[in-house]
Amino acid sequence: MDRNSNAYTFIFAVTLVVVVAALLAYTSTSLKPMQDNNVRNEKMQNILTTLNIQSEKSAIESTFNQYIKQQLSVKIDGSVDTETNAFTIDLKKELKKPLNEQRFPLYIAEKDGKTFYIVPLFGAGLWDSIWGYIALGEDKNTIIGAVFDHKAETPGLGAEINQKWFGDMFIGKKILKDANLGFTTEGNFVSVAVVKGGTPDDNLHGVDGISGGTITGDALARMVHERMSNYLPYFQNN
Amino acid sequence: MSDKEGLFSKKNLKLLKDPLDDNNPISIQVLGICSALAITVKLEPAIVMSISVLFVLTASNVLVSLLRNMIPNRIRIIVQLVIVAALVILVDQVLKAYSYEVSKQLSVFVGLIITNCIIMGRLEAFALGNSPWKAFLDGIGNSAGYGIILIIVAFFRELLGSGKLYGRQIIPQSFYDFGYQNNGLMLLAPMALIVVGVLIWVQRSRNRKLIEK
Repeated sequence: MDRNSNAYTFIFAVTLVVVVAALLAYTSTSLKPMQDNNVRNEKMQNILTTLNIQSEKSAIESTFNQYIKQQLSVKIDGSVDTETNAFTIDLKKELKKPLNEQRFPLYIAEKDGKTFYIVPLFGAGLWDSIWGYIALGEDKNTIIGAVFDHKAETPGLGAEINQKWFGDMFIGKKILKDANLGFTTEGNFVSVAVVKGGTPDDNLHGVDGISGGTITGDALARMVHERMSNYLPYFQNN
Repeated sequence: MSDKEGLFSKKNLKLLKDPLDDNNPISIQVLGICSALAITVKLEPAIVMSISVLFVLTASNVLVSLLRNMIPNRIRIIVQLVIVAALVILVDQVLKAYSYEVSKQLSVFVGLIITNCIIMGRLEAFALGNSPWKAFLDGIGNSAGYGIILIIVAFFRELLGSGKLYGRQIIPQSFYDFGYQNNGLMLLAPMALIVVGVLIWVQRSRNRKLIEK
């Protein structure tokens, strides 16, 4: 057959594409379980990192179960949905549902005899999604650990939110203006802001922003505020 | 022709050795610079990247060479791209399954192997006109030449930038106590360019024939 004819070119292209597609589809399906497992392990490690626990990859599952005592699916009215598995909730999809159908995962951990509450976060950054976990102490007010990560923030600027030093700035900050007023009093929940130009260390509701990463910082503060506010009724009732 | 020629004849060995020095894809042809800047902050991703490129370049070189008498001339670039892209996705999937941490660090750069000029360049300039065995040697040679530069650059950037090698602390704490500091500039892309520049300089002062008149 003439190698320069249209028919030959067409047949060659179709054959090539079909072979390549079959090969890739096969690889993708056969490796999927392992890839999913990696994502799962990373999620567990991220949750444990907020409590300052590091675990070997192989032991992550048992370490996770050792510290995380409860996994709750919290409704917006503060009640707990016992039918939904909190760990499998995909916040990205969940946040698109109507508010009263949304379920918010909450992990309750015990370490050294103290109870900690770990809130997963998800929101929009500058270029793409950002997410993270924040651990609250026994008073559900003081932050004891935070990790953040991102999909595509600007390297060297906004992307720095996934560094340890950034998450560590949140430690010791408080989400309530006055702990005695409770969680649902109007205006009492102030969350933690990311302040452009920096803020004094004794500011309980703000951390230093990253130079050149203002939009990511603002987006991150908005995410913390929005996600945390979903749990306030639950925190008030329990 | 190849029937009479030995597998490791002088000519064939030249295919393997030339890209390591005299015709290095990075320091002489100045191809594939983008990835050389991006993933050389630490040794580990640089090594994984080199291995990935080694696999993709060698496999695609051999495949294209095998198909060279069947590929219709008019769509040859597209065919090359499909082959390279398929191999790259394969590498990406395998990394995600077996080496998740590294695949996160390499992120988009694995995907960008597709656009690495070295690969398309070798396919177009070499594999289309040579037998599979030669294409294989050429693939190994060129990706090794690429990998060597990557690893040398990463070695200096990680050592001077973070005081570590392969993630382990190399510069002892006592140095820091005396006031030694890691050079943060080494972690940024411009220093990779400068390190590559210094390498080119060193190479040319050693190997006089490379100097253009």
